[in-house]
Amino acid sequence: MQLARVIGTVVATVKNDSLEGRKLLVIQSLDAQLKAQGSPLVALDAIGAGVGELIVWCRGKEASFPFRREDTPTDCTIIAIVDSDQHVTQGRR
Amino acid sequence: MIIARILGTVVSTQKDERLRGKKLLIVRPLNLDGTEASGYTVAVDTVGAGYHERVLVVAGSSARLAEGMKDAPIDAAIVGIIDTVDFVND
Repeated sequence: MQLARVIGTVVATVKNDSLEGRKLLVIQSLDAQLKAQGSPLVALDAIGAGVGELIVWCRGKEASFPFRREDTPTDCTIIAIVDSDQHVTQGRR
Repeated sequence: MIIARILGTVVSTQKDERLRGKKLLIVRPLNLDGTEASGYTVAVDTVGAGYHERVLVVAGSSARLAEGMKDAPIDAAIVGIIDTVDFVND
């Protein structure tokens, strides 16, 4: 799982039937210092995230587990919203 | 999932049974600003996409979770045709 910032939305009217009604968001992956890392991705939203929020996303087949896991084609799903940027810490406080 | 542009088609007559009747398309990943990134993928179309359209491509084992792709030996599927992408630049 990785941290990312939600930076946008995607609208796709024609979709595979199994994605009907699902929200698509553009996310930018971040490193542990919350700096952008790699190219933006499109993620399926499992928890109601919005643009600007810091989130945790899951890759791979497990990304379909929050949904009907046998028939939701996603390899990138937002599974948690981080309370705030200050809630990501490293080392001893 | 990534955003990609359809560059072309692949025709194959001799193929795995579970790919019968499925369209194979060549797609190239796009950057968020719409410019083309490098590389390409052959992806199975599940939505009836056509040449030059912007599409949503799901990769890896999740690709075969798409409707109609059960147990198919694929690692990339086109699962949506993109209308719009809105994003904020920071």
